[in-house]
Amino acid sequence: MPKVTNILIVGVGGQGTILASRILSGVVQKIGLDVKVSEIHGMAQRGGSVVTQVRYGREVASPIIPLGQADIILAFEKLEALRWLPYLKEDGGIIVNDQRIDPMPVVTGAAAYPEGAISYIQSKFAKAIVIDALDMAIQAGNSKATNVVLLGLLAKHLDIAKEVWLEVLKETVPAKHLETNIKAFEAGYSSIG
Amino acid sequence: MKLLTGNEAIARGAWEAGVVVCSAYPGTPSTEITENAAKYEEIYAEWSPNEKVALEVGIGASIAGGRALVAMKHVGVNVAADPLFTVAYTGVNGGLVLVSADDPGMHSSQNEQDNRHFGRAAKIPVIEPSDSQECKDFIKLAFEISEQFDTPVLFRITTRVAHSQSLVKLEERQNIELKEYVKNPAKYVMMPGNARRRHVAVEARLEKLEEFAETTSLNKIEWKDTKIGVIVNGITYQYVKEVLPEASILKLGMTFPLPKKLITEFAAKVDKLYVIEELDPFIEDTVRAWNIDVHGKDIFPQIGELLPEVIAEKFQARPSVPVSNLAPKETQPSDAPEAPIRPPVLCPGCPHRGLFYVLQKLKVTVAGDIGCYTLGSLPPLNAMDTTICMGASIGNAIGMEKVRGKEFARKLVAVIGDSTFIHSGITGLINTVYNKATTTTIILDNRTTGMTGHQDNPATGMTIKGEPIKEVDLALLARAVGVERVVEVDPFDVKKLERVIKEELAAEEPSVIITKRKCALIDFESDKTPCFVHEETCIGCKICLRIGCPCIVKVGEKVKIDPTQCNGCNLCAVVCPTGAIMKEGVADA
Ligand SMILES: Cc1ncc(C[n+]2csc(CCOP(=O)(O)OP(=O)(O)O)c2C)c(N)n1
Repeated sequence: MPKVTNILIVGVGGQGTILASRILSGVVQKIGLDVKVSEIHGMAQRGGSVVTQVRYGREVASPIIPLGQADIILAFEKLEALRWLPYLKEDGGIIVNDQRIDPMPVVTGAAAYPEGAISYIQSKFAKAIVIDALDMAIQAGNSKATNVVLLGLLAKHLDIAKEVWLEVLKETVPAKHLETNIKAFEAGYSSIG
Repeated sequence: MKLLTGNEAIARGAWEAGVVVCSAYPGTPSTEITENAAKYEEIYAEWSPNEKVALEVGIGASIAGGRALVAMKHVGVNVAADPLFTVAYTGVNGGLVLVSADDPGMHSSQNEQDNRHFGRAAKIPVIEPSDSQECKDFIKLAFEISEQFDTPVLFRITTRVAHSQSLVKLEERQNIELKEYVKNPAKYVMMPGNARRRHVAVEARLEKLEEFAETTSLNKIEWKDTKIGVIVNGITYQYVKEVLPEASILKLGMTFPLPKKLITEFAAKVDKLYVIEELDPFIEDTVRAWNIDVHGKDIFPQIGELLPEVIAEKFQARPSVPVSNLAPKETQPSDAPEAPIRPPVLCPGCPHRGLFYVLQKLKVTVAGDIGCYTLGSLPPLNAMDTTICMGASIGNAIGMEKVRGKEFARKLVAVIGDSTFIHSGITGLINTVYNKATTTTIILDNRTTGMTGHQDNPATGMTIKGEPIKEVDLALLARAVGVERVVEVDPFDVKKLERVIKEELAAEEPSVIITKRKCALIDFESDKTPCFVHEETCIGCKICLRIGCPCIVKVGEKVKIDPTQCNGCNLCAVVCPTGAIMKEGVADA
C-alpha cells in the first residue's frame, strides 16, 4: 500500500471542525491526491465529542484511521485532545487549542475536568504544540474563525504550498467572511508553534 | 471527480438512473440521501409522514411506471415492513429501490439490527456498496436489476459508507421513459388467489437471482496469496484491503442471494477461509450450511463496528497471516489523566429544557419517545423512564396505567415530539381515548424534526422543496380523536407549564398538552441577548445547574454563563432564586 497521511480533527459539536476538514480535503484534492474523509454526525452534533478523519495519499482504501496511526491530531479542545490521544503515532504531531469546554458530567459535578491534560500530552509527545486559537481568532476579528487559525497552523506542518490553502479557503468561505478568515489563517500559519 | 459522501453519491446515482420519485422519512444516517435528491429538478421528492407511507408512495410510483427511490434508516424498515413483504410479491413496473441505512455501533440509533435479514425474509436482492463511487454505480445497477427481475431491491448501507466521503466520477442523467401503465390486478391486487400465484413467481425469481449472483459484476474476486481467503461486504472490504494486504478477497456487492458456486470455488482455492462482516453472521451462516469450512463470528465480534484495529488484532493472534503494521497500541496508558465522557446535550435555548425541568420537579413517571427530547433522560434532568421506538410513548403510558391503575396515571405522562407524533403517535392517542386511558400526552411542538437536522414535516407548514402548505393543526387533531382537554403552553413559561401539567394530571380523562416553541436553532425572531450572572447577588446555590444548560459553568463557588453560546432563553434567570441572572443590558436598569 502506498503511504497514506492520517489527520484526525477532534473537538466539540459546534466548534467548526467540519469546515476545517472540508478545506483540508479540498486542498489535497487540488494537488491531485486520493482522499477519504469520515465524519460521524447525528447525536454527536448536540454538543457531544466530534471527530473527523481525513486520509490522503496516492491511493486510500479505508476511510478510518486505526488506533495509533494518526500522523497529526488537530484538537479544538483540551479534553478532546486527551481523549483521542491513543490514535496518535508514537512520533506523531498534535496541535492543541488551549480551550476548555466542560462536558455535562463536569458541570453536574459527577466528574472532574482533567487539569493536567496539556502537560501530560507534552510529556508524551515531543511534537505537541499548544496555542490559544480562540484569542487569535478574536484578534483577527471573529471568534468563529478559531477553526481557521488552527488550520493555518496545521498547514504550516504539512508539505503543501500555502497558495493552495488560500485558494481553497477562497472557494469555501463566503466572500463577506473571507478577509477575517485569511487573517485568521495567516495568524495560525505564522504563529510560533 | 468530486468528493461525495455515500449519501450524496446515492442521490446522484438515482438522478443519473433517471429516478423520478424519491420518498423518505428522515433518520440518521439516511437523511441526506433525500435532502440531496430534492435538489434535482427532475426528481419529485417528499418527506412522508413515516416510512410506511414513504414506501407506499414509492410503490405507487413504480406501478405507475416511474423509477422510485425510497430511503430510511434501518429501524424505518420495521415500520415499512408491511408493504415491503407484499411488494416483494407484486414486483415492479418502474424500478424500485429501498435504501436501508444501518448503524453498526449505534452512533445515533436505538438498536443495531442487521437489515440484510429483511432481504432474505422478503426474498428480494440485497446490494451493499463499500464507498461513494460504488454507492453511485451500484444504485444504478440496482434499478436495472429491479426492472430485469421484476423485484424491489434492498440497498443496504452502513453509517461509515453513508457518511464517509470519497472521490466519485460523475456522469449524465440517463433518459429513461416512463414504462407504460397497464391495469393488471393479477399482479397488483394481492388477495389470496392472486398472491398464491405471485408467490410461485417469487420463488422462480429467486432461482434466477441465484444464477445472476454467480456472474454479476457486483461480486468479484481479487486473487493474492491463497493462504487465506476473506469474504467481505460493504465497508469491511476497505478495512481488509488495508489490514490484510496479502490476502485473497471475495468481495460481495450482492449479499442476497449468495453465489454458491463462486463461494465454493473461492473456498476450495484458499487454505483458510474467513468471512469478515459487521453484525450478524449473515453470509457466514449460509456458507457454513453449504458444509464449507469457514471462520467468522468464532473470531470477530457480532456487536458494534469491525474497525480496522479490531480486525488487525484478531489476525495478529494468528501469526500464519501477514498483517500490515496496524499494531493496535495500548489504549490510554494508565498514567493518563482520566478523560470524562462528553455526552450530547440539549442545545442552549432548547425549548425542551423548560418542560423537562418541570417534569423533573414534579417527579412524574415519563413514558418517553425518540427525538432531541430523549436527551431529557440524561443527568441532570433525568426526566424520562422509557424510550423504545418512535411513537411508543403513548402506548407505553396506556400499558403502565392498565397495570398500575388510575392513581398511577395521576403521576404519569407520555412525551412525544411533533414529527414523532405524526409519524406514529396519533394512533396511540386514538387508543388512549378508545380504551379509556386517562393519561396526559405532552406533544413537544418545536416546529421541526430536530434530531435529524431540521427537516420539515406535516405540522411545520413547509414541504421538502420549500413550498408553504397548510399545516396539521395538532390541537384540532387531538380534539378530533376525542380528547376534550387540549392546552397549548410556551415551555419557557415554566410557572404556567407547571400549573397546567398539574391540572391535566389531576383530571381523570385523557388530555393533551402542546408545548409550543420553535427549536432554538431555527428561531430567528426571539430575543437572543445572552444572560449573565450578577456576581454579588449569586449565592452559589447551583440551582441553575439543574437545568443542564451547557453554557452555565461553575467558577469556584459561583457560576458563569458563556455569552458566546447563550441563546438568551432566560430559563436560568427564571429558576434562579435570588434574581442573580439577567439579560445583558438590563443590569443597571
Ligand atoms: C422508525 C424511525 N424512523 C426515524 C428515526 C430517526 N429519528 C429519531 S427521532 C426523529 C424525529 C424527531 O423529531 P421530533 O419528534 O419532532 O422531535 P425533535 O427532535 O424535534 O425534538 C427521527 C426522525 C427513528 N429513530 N425511528
